[in-house]
Amino acid sequence: MTLDAAELPRLLAGLAAGAKPLDLDAHRAIFGDTLPITRRTLSRAREQLIAEIGRAGLTGKGGGSFPTARKLRAVADRGGTPAVVVTATEGEPLSRKDRLLATRAPHLVLDGALTVAAALGARRIVLAHDRLHLGVGGRLRAAAASRPELAVRGAPDLTVQAVPDGYLSGQETALVAALNGRRAVPAFTPPYPFERGLGRVPTFVSNIETYAQIALIARYGAAWYRAVGTEQAPGSRLVTVGGAVASPGVVEVPGGVRAAEVLVAAGGLSEPVAALLLGGYGGTWTRVDPAALELDEVRLRATGLTLGPGLVFALPASACPVAEVAAVVRFMAGESAGQCGPCRFGLEAIAGALQDLCADDPRGDEPQQIRRWATMVSGRGACAHPDGVARFAASALTVFAGEVADHARYGRCERCDQPSVLLPSRPSSASSLVDAAGTDAIALGGQ
Amino acid sequence: MSAFAALSGSSGDQALWYLTRGTGVTALLLLSAVTVLGILDVRRVATARYPRFLIDAAHQRLAALALVFLVIHIATVVLDPFVAISWLDVVVPFVGSYRPVWLGLGALALDLLLAVMVSSLLRARVGYRAWRAIHWLAYASWPVAVAHTLGIGTDASTGWLLIVTAICVVAVLTAVAVRVATRLQGRARKPVGVIRDDA
Amino acid sequence: MPAARPEGGRASGRARKPARLVLDPTVCDAHGLCAELAPELITLDDWGYPIVDGRPVEGELLEHARRAVAACPVMALRLRTP
Repeated sequence: MTLDAAELPRLLAGLAAGAKPLDLDAHRAIFGDTLPITRRTLSRAREQLIAEIGRAGLTGKGGGSFPTARKLRAVADRGGTPAVVVTATEGEPLSRKDRLLATRAPHLVLDGALTVAAALGARRIVLAHDRLHLGVGGRLRAAAASRPELAVRGAPDLTVQAVPDGYLSGQETALVAALNGRRAVPAFTPPYPFERGLGRVPTFVSNIETYAQIALIARYGAAWYRAVGTEQAPGSRLVTVGGAVASPGVVEVPGGVRAAEVLVAAGGLSEPVAALLLGGYGGTWTRVDPAALELDEVRLRATGLTLGPGLVFALPASACPVAEVAAVVRFMAGESAGQCGPCRFGLEAIAGALQDLCADDPRGDEPQQIRRWATMVSGRGACAHPDGVARFAASALTVFAGEVADHARYGRCERCDQPSVLLPSRPSSASSLVDAAGTDAIALGGQ
Repeated sequence: MSAFAALSGSSGDQALWYLTRGTGVTALLLLSAVTVLGILDVRRVATARYPRFLIDAAHQRLAALALVFLVIHIATVVLDPFVAISWLDVVVPFVGSYRPVWLGLGALALDLLLAVMVSSLLRARVGYRAWRAIHWLAYASWPVAVAHTLGIGTDASTGWLLIVTAICVVAVLTAVAVRVATRLQGRARKPVGVIRDDA
Repeated sequence: MPAARPEGGRASGRARKPARLVLDPTVCDAHGLCAELAPELITLDDWGYPIVDGRPVEGELLEHARRAVAACPVMALRLRTP
């Protein structure tokens, strides 16, 4: 009962479009059982797991792309009794993969969390979701209730908890603070959560998809994991595709896949496209030919791009890029925790300048000011929020140089007042109850 | 103690009493200035010629100077044979026999001031949160000192003392008004959308 | 201008230990004393918040850095020895 190597779907195996969520039996039928980790085998299991994750080359799927083995090692080396936190908040509005996993394949996530907890000797597991998506919490709770591992004596204490909403809801230190009963705002580091986190113990915090990936690697091994994807971007990952595509939704793709294939998997382009936004509201714009654009995070970062938490958005040519960017930055400025001056005032300044470009009488120097402020705010907050907005705005100035120059000279264009395509209307929590993805999930075949 | 022996006798007593009152009033003036600077915050007071670190240093040094005058004020009153005030009465409020309420307020103001100063000297050890909490006691020590001034002295009803005290009070109240009315850029309205912690 | 410290001796040992200025941006409230006291290491951005040079502080500047750390009204600045 193993998944075929070099074949997709993996994470989304068994999730045919519109199918019910996988219960424990269905989950086991597809993925098999996990190997039990006993007290006797604990330290060996920990070393084996960390080694296997390291060989697999797994990186965090929450946006940071931090090497997972290194984070596991950091928590393991601290000693004591650590805690495990699964981030299922998905504060990025364009992303849907986390809630898809949580509601349709919760047992894969629980496999990963239980494996990590057992290997690290953790006594406490918390799955965190935001209040906007209460359905996620309900599904995770129901799945956890059916797990026999949690019913035995000596099992770790697993809870599903809601934390405040917001773009920063999943920020590592803000999340830990919320779970500790404090204000849900990012904390100045050090100390990092791996040193002092939930209840002041070393805490392994990672994105829900990362745990699903860990579950697969623990079962099938690093070689199996690397049978798909490229040398630099091994394995598969979930990508939320949105914008001008025929079937927006979540796709599972091999690492290093070309953007063109991702767009095809989402039904192909539905209208002419001006540019691609990779990485979401805190991501980067690009006009590189999708057929040549490899979605390999290492390569992307070398050219100043990022896939973030797996996001590809195709901006229709009918939209005004300057107005879209202005709307997103205005939203992001509002999502600032307001703690750090450069973020609080800098994002507001950038948002104001972008708004001026879409108004009647711009000064004309807004692009230079935006670039200046983008540099000024980067790296100067307690978290990476200002950095994200800075690269989002700066990459837009580069990619849409022509449109920006026109706006700087003439102000608003006739398309400026169209309803925004990047900023959807606020989803109601009711819609998240039944089908969190809102659309069908499609898996892309391997190479 | 020969200086005090020389001061004993009616003219000596007068000298000690003048010294007590003079240093007391000076201490009140200095503490009022310190309080005004503290309320206003260096950012409202500083100019190009008098930068913030200077105003901050002035705030601290005026407080130290006030303490010097306070020490003389207290020493003269304890050593004064005319009134029965002991060293204990000076630091423990309301136990003295001489005008216990008004003297006690003076002792209380002294205690609060000492707490503020010691915590400031040890700020790195104490940590910012604790230091800040103690520093708020300063807002208590000043009105207590004013009450002590008005209640304790035999020239409380004398015009000049009332005028000086009134100047101090007006200065501090004005500082409070300015503080409440003006907002520094760093304290501007928080942006909408701070992670909402609604239940 | 203070003279350069002589080589050797305990005083210069303390002065020459490498350290970096670290700012906690969550407590910083743009008081600006740090930039006045150590302008070679700290400048203020468009909104009055300090831009701190994170490189190791050397020689004479170490004393200025210490003064800046002590002067911060909210103790947002620290000298961290790696």
